[in-house]
Amino acid sequence: MSKIIPIGPYHPLQEEPELFKLYCEGEIVKDIKWETGYNHRGIEKLSESKTFDQVFFLVERVCGICSTSHPFAFANCMEEIGEVEIPDRAKYIRSIIGELERIHSHMLWFGLAGHFIGYNTVFMWVWKYREPVLDLFEMITGNRNSYAMFKIGGVRRDIENNKIGKIKETLDLIRKKTDMLIGAVMDDPVIHARTKGVGILTKDDIINYGAVGPTARASDVAIDVRHDNPYAAYPLVNWKIITAKEGDVFAKVEVRLLEILESVSIIDQCLEGLKKEKEGEIETKVKAIPEGIGTGRAEAPRGEVFHFVKTNGSNYPERHKIRAPSYVNIATFKKSCIGQTISDATISLAAVDPCYCCTERLASVYDKDTGTKVFGGEELIKNSQQKTREIQKTILRNEH
Amino acid sequence: MGKELFYYFVYPGFLFIAITGGILSWYDRKITAWLQFRKGPPFLQPFYDFLKLLLVKETILPAKGSKMTFLLAPVLSVTGAMLAGILIMVPATGIDTGFTGDIIVIFYLLTIPSLTYIIGALASGNPLAAVGASREMKLIISYELTFLLAVAAVIMKAGLSISMLDIIALQQDGAFIGSISGILLFVVIILTMQAKLGMVPFDMAEAETEITHGSFIEYSGSAYALIKLTKYIMLFILPVFLCILLLGGFRLDGIHILWSVLKVLGIVLLLTIIRNTNPRVKIAQAMRFFFIWMNLIAIIAIVLILFGF
Repeated sequence: MSKIIPIGPYHPLQEEPELFKLYCEGEIVKDIKWETGYNHRGIEKLSESKTFDQVFFLVERVCGICSTSHPFAFANCMEEIGEVEIPDRAKYIRSIIGELERIHSHMLWFGLAGHFIGYNTVFMWVWKYREPVLDLFEMITGNRNSYAMFKIGGVRRDIENNKIGKIKETLDLIRKKTDMLIGAVMDDPVIHARTKGVGILTKDDIINYGAVGPTARASDVAIDVRHDNPYAAYPLVNWKIITAKEGDVFAKVEVRLLEILESVSIIDQCLEGLKKEKEGEIETKVKAIPEGIGTGRAEAPRGEVFHFVKTNGSNYPERHKIRAPSYVNIATFKKSCIGQTISDATISLAAVDPCYCCTERLASVYDKDTGTKVFGGEELIKNSQQKTREIQKTILRNEH
Repeated sequence: MGKELFYYFVYPGFLFIAITGGILSWYDRKITAWLQFRKGPPFLQPFYDFLKLLLVKETILPAKGSKMTFLLAPVLSVTGAMLAGILIMVPATGIDTGFTGDIIVIFYLLTIPSLTYIIGALASGNPLAAVGASREMKLIISYELTFLLAVAAVIMKAGLSISMLDIIALQQDGAFIGSISGILLFVVIILTMQAKLGMVPFDMAEAETEITHGSFIEYSGSAYALIKLTKYIMLFILPVFLCILLLGGFRLDGIHILWSVLKVLGIVLLLTIIRNTNPRVKIAQAMRFFFIWMNLIAIIAIVLILFGF
């Protein structure tokens, strides 16, 4: 008989509300089921009632950590519809913001991964070195998070040339500290014991589940939107896709740490490019967006972010569809967790760097034959109101 | 009679052990904070924690499961740890109780806290606590044999004397650690203590990010305060026990008090550094570590003692 080990809805392993049910026999996980839906915010629907300029601020809040990748993908999408070409300076600034975000996101994950395997010193150290990156963001954009830098046709703020020196200083610090972390982690036998051979995803698994981002790259699948569908300044700089062969948790650590160094190198080259461009030329004026459909992709720290927008000639999107990377990545848990012990399963859950609030979706059920809606938003709202009333009744009854 | 009661309940007994344990817990947390670029808690924080849990916080009982056993387990754990503590501290401070087999009794009493954690966890009826209890059980099976071998080795070194006073007296000319076998035994006992105290890398029984404090998940309020008290006591008496076994005793008179304090602080520092520079290992890895490597080192130490090293 298997017993259920619940991970969530409130659990120290994950910061967000979600529920994983591990069906265990002893310590071995035999099956896994997950429930999300604690955090649905209806962003796609909300987006239809906002103007294009406002949508940027909305999609920035899809995810707190990769908060620039959604505006990035949305900007790519709108510029495809409007056939807008942005100035090179804006391209460089966009790439700099995107890569700085990758650095802080990977550092955040790496610290958390240390915490998840009980190595709190790594957690504290990495988060300490992540702090200069956030300070850099504050200097460049005015915000430590949710930077509000993107708009159709360019960026909202310039990175003045006199700030480049300070940015380079911080990058040197990050490079030094990342080298130190790589040295400390890659040779630690106890970390090897905990992460090598754990939660292995083979190349076939990645392709079958359609996983993206560092999760895929750690299994030797070299997919990266920055390379496959170049946007912003990525075609203008030299960089390579980091991959690892093993597909286990250790490979994911390795890929993310090396990507930090790669990002530092990209930012360095972008800063050089920035020096050549004239200050202040950061946007192309866009008068109106024509009717049409467009897709935008961007490589978030967790993988590919995909935006689809249908416009009707007004200044509101008619339909806005978002697919966040965690939506495809968390399906790999079926493969990586089953057959592992609870200790291994928990670190495998964390290894794809899941982000649940990006992933929340509302599903409607249609009858296959008749095409009538069986279950949709209205019914769910009714159910929820009904449940609230029942809970209220029970509380009132208990009080009397 | 009054003097004995004073020994048992005030100094060097209950009150002294509990307060020193609390201070050592603060020391452990402060060092951890320094290692992690944090400020750390104020000096009295362990006592605030304990008193708040004991007096202020609500004690919630699990709806399913045996409530009596659940509540009795922490009481037994404090009792066991305290009895072991008194038996260790009384000879350490030079008071002759006339009890010659005390090392064996202490060995048994030191296992009681871990056993009561298992009993309490299983009585709570929580599946996460059950996982924690099963891990604690496996951990006890793995480290107890190693601990027994190490204690046996010390007894052999002391010429088969099973009295703490004899072991202390024998080390007046030179502590047992001043030999190859002594150093090996020190390593073994430090790592065993790490497991006994439930510190990283052997904290899989409570593994916060896996099973959310496993064995202790259902404990709250005063019941949890007693578990915290047990942990404070264990954090003090295990280093003192190690001092007596290998480092030449723990005397608290005259200039010796400085050496004794330094010894205990040094041992706790070592434990803290080990717990902050390692991730948590899996239970199977811990079992392999103790069964194969630690037992091997302990047996090598015993062989070395037989040859006089």
